[in-house]
Amino acid sequence: MKEYKQMKSIFKLCCATGLLLGLFSCKNTSQSNLPIYGEREAVEKTVDGKQVIDTVYHTIPAFKFLNQDSVMISEKDFEGKVYIANFFFTHCPSICPTMNRNLLKIYTQYKDNDAVRFLSHSIDFKYDQPYVLKDYANKLGVSNDHWQFVSGTKADIYGIANQYLVYTAEDKNAPGGYDHQGYLVLIDKDKRIRGAYDGTNDEQVKKLMEDLPKLLNEAKN
Amino acid sequence: MRTLLTTCFIIGCLLSALIGCQNEIDIRTAQYSVNGQKVYITHCQNCHGEKGEGLGNLYPPLTDTKFLEKNRQKLACIVKHGATGELEVAGKKFNNTMPASNLSAVDIAYVLTYINTKINKGKEIFPLNEVEKQLKNCQ
Repeated sequence: MKEYKQMKSIFKLCCATGLLLGLFSCKNTSQSNLPIYGEREAVEKTVDGKQVIDTVYHTIPAFKFLNQDSVMISEKDFEGKVYIANFFFTHCPSICPTMNRNLLKIYTQYKDNDAVRFLSHSIDFKYDQPYVLKDYANKLGVSNDHWQFVSGTKADIYGIANQYLVYTAEDKNAPGGYDHQGYLVLIDKDKRIRGAYDGTNDEQVKKLMEDLPKLLNEAKN
Repeated sequence: MRTLLTTCFIIGCLLSALIGCQNEIDIRTAQYSVNGQKVYITHCQNCHGEKGEGLGNLYPPLTDTKFLEKNRQKLACIVKHGATGELEVAGKKFNNTMPASNLSAVDIAYVLTYINTKINKGKEIFPLNEVEKQLKNCQ
């Protein structure tokens, strides 16, 4: 019984420390409270002759894809921008129309904001050629180059999907022949993942609409 | 206290009178449209939207009642077998492929009733026998 009491007090102590730590970690004024996703590692480096430990976060690596105008675009076109990325295909009968309908709402609101970009990757590497994507973008109502629709080889597109932490796969049993998650992934100007929102869920899309201005504010600092 | 009781009683009477007024046809229409909503969410909503608003020039809206009236005879076949080629809906031209749903006749009757009475402001049921007749003559 005594042991049990001891255990209980240790547990309480741990909880209190945890709470305190939690409070302090929140006190970071220059950053928004958006998390940074993905694996991270601590590295030692020398700054002004002093050894310091820095955290290296997961970032979206360099890429090169053909866009809807048959122009090769790369990560350089998103330099210093906050952007929302997703994965879809034009003949997708399941989640894509809802996901892109929601993304269109955000695009309509931000299309003239030069700090924001949109990047949709087609996972149908067989059918979605640039002219198909161009037709889709026009019909969806995309009127400037702030929203890019790209295609590439299966290895490149599915490889970059992994980097955005989005599941994509060719699957004969899935509607339309491809299986994928409908995440709208929020990327900051340092190419780090700051949020992933289910593009078919109204609540989560609302959250994205709240988080985007926060991230833009942070980007200004 | 007594006035409160009387008010409650009167409201109760009015409510039951209202419910009692719903005749058999209204109840059947309501039943069709409730079932139709389930079909709509699973098979139609992704493209045509929660309120039937469509999406840009990709997917036509379902709110053009003139189009629906004019093409009433074709609706069951379109839902069942899909559609290709150019369509003019709500003053806009659409040219996309609508996939076949292969829904059963009764599900088509449900969903067309839902579109007629909930997405639009119609009051009429889309009867099962009309759907069955149309499906026999699909081109």
